[in-house]
Amino acid sequence: MRLAVVTAGLRRPSSTRLLADRLTEATVAALGTATVEVIEVRDHAHDLVNHMVSGYPSDTLAPAIDAVAGAAGLIAVTPTVSASYSALFKAFFDVLEQDALRGTPVLAAATGGTARHSLVLDHAVRPLFAYLHAEVVPTTVFASPEDWGGAVAPSRLADRVTRAAEELATRMTRRGDPPPRDPYAPVPFDTLLPGA
Amino acid sequence: MPGTQFGIFSVGDIAPDPATGRAPTEHERLTRMVETAVRAEEAGLDVFATGEHHNPPFVPSSPTTLLGFVAARTHRIVLSTSTTLITTNDPVKIAEDYAMLQHLAEGRVDLMMGRGNTGPVYPWFGKDIRDGIPLAVENYALLRRLWREDVVDWEGRFRTPLQGFTSTPRPLDGVPPFVWHGAIRSPEIAEQAAYYGDGFFANNIFWPVDHTRRLIDLYRARFEHHGHGPAAHAIVGLGGQVYMRRNSQDAKREFEPYFRRSPIYGGGPSLAETMRTTPLSVGSPQEVLDRTMRFHEDFGDYQRQLFNVDGMGLPPEAVLDQIDFLGEEVVPVLRKEFESRRAPGVPDAPVHPAVRP
Repeated sequence: MRLAVVTAGLRRPSSTRLLADRLTEATVAALGTATVEVIEVRDHAHDLVNHMVSGYPSDTLAPAIDAVAGAAGLIAVTPTVSASYSALFKAFFDVLEQDALRGTPVLAAATGGTARHSLVLDHAVRPLFAYLHAEVVPTTVFASPEDWGGAVAPSRLADRVTRAAEELATRMTRRGDPPPRDPYAPVPFDTLLPGA
Repeated sequence: MPGTQFGIFSVGDIAPDPATGRAPTEHERLTRMVETAVRAEEAGLDVFATGEHHNPPFVPSSPTTLLGFVAARTHRIVLSTSTTLITTNDPVKIAEDYAMLQHLAEGRVDLMMGRGNTGPVYPWFGKDIRDGIPLAVENYALLRRLWREDVVDWEGRFRTPLQGFTSTPRPLDGVPPFVWHGAIRSPEIAEQAAYYGDGFFANNIFWPVDHTRRLIDLYRARFEHHGHGPAAHAIVGLGGQVYMRRNSQDAKREFEPYFRRSPIYGGGPSLAETMRTTPLSVGSPQEVLDRTMRFHEDFGDYQRQLFNVDGMGLPPEAVLDQIDFLGEEVVPVLRKEFESRRAPGVPDAPVHPAVRP
């Protein structure tokens, strides 16, 4: 089964990637086995802008888009920027074909500088995926700085990671890999002009 | 008649020349478009095609007026469009206008159907852009009947019904203009062209070769599926964009500011990157020749090659230079090479019987 991971952290190493990795690990564990494709959006930053202005993806961006459209499930992790997903994160989803994520189970996750941003998942990320007709799993995962240390918090993050991963894995198993899309498939003429 | 026609197609945009900051007036631009068409004939090219647009900064809103004027000033060159808006024009008016033009131009007319991609044009003409494909399909189905049946009764979704309508004048010698269907990415349009056995013109410019190849392969396969002959005999046209100077570096240096200011290319991948991934060819005549030969390798035998050589504010003198390079150095060699590679049985470029020698 194919699992795609889109992670939009800007620093290297980034806490966004760290969270993405933990979610990936937990999801693969819950699935038993999976083929994982990790897309660091930063690597495609210039290509995304070029795609927007030129209308077609570069040789390196196209496979990343295909990996997401062809996955049984998606983990999407964004840093919180100005109270929303980052522009780069959004840019990646802006260039997907319409319907590319229709029915795809999505584990939505975010990092932020303070826990006060945690609703970013519900007021920004969920609506985005709702528009794309993806299926966001009930548990989303937000990690603020205190989640990475301290006496109590880390185990709570680990619990949420496990719960969200299991929810994603269940839905991926139910759905399976989507059939390959072919934008060049024939469109029989009688579907274009009934009675022709 | 040539197996493959070579010509130029123009968008008809007005843009300031980055070198001077000055944009041509509408009048100047239209006059220059006529001049390039006449020069294309003098240079031995086969086709001149104009775009159709209904918003600034584009000037050609009425292609048959422009082409009718060009027809009167030329004798041999085929006049075409790139494209005729089959979505927002009344198909009745297209049938009439292009049959008129066909008579006055002694048959030197064909046209390329396109949907148009400017959102507001649809509502300006009382249509909805979300109906783009259904409009293209239904309007064209009516257009075909208007050219082929003397009296038409018709009812559809997008236009008021017709009872006992005869489109005049009837097509020259009873043979309607040949129709190309232009597409950038729509498999529906490839299907439409294949269904009728019409030509399929892949815009080709701005997009990677692999994409265009797959779209053309789809059209060819469906052409065969619909019983018009083997896939290799389907009627294919291709766009291209070129800028030439004797010295390759001069061409790139001159073209770069126009490229960077272009509403299509500007702000996107670099000139070098765009030349690597798309058919844009900027360099010496030999480089353009080599690049165009690769179209033949990539897409097989095809019937029409149009080059975009103007627009983006390029100075008129430079545009005429491009036509001369094409006519003197590029096209003669392409003709010879394409002919020598052409598989037996592949049809020649379609022309009206009246213009055959």
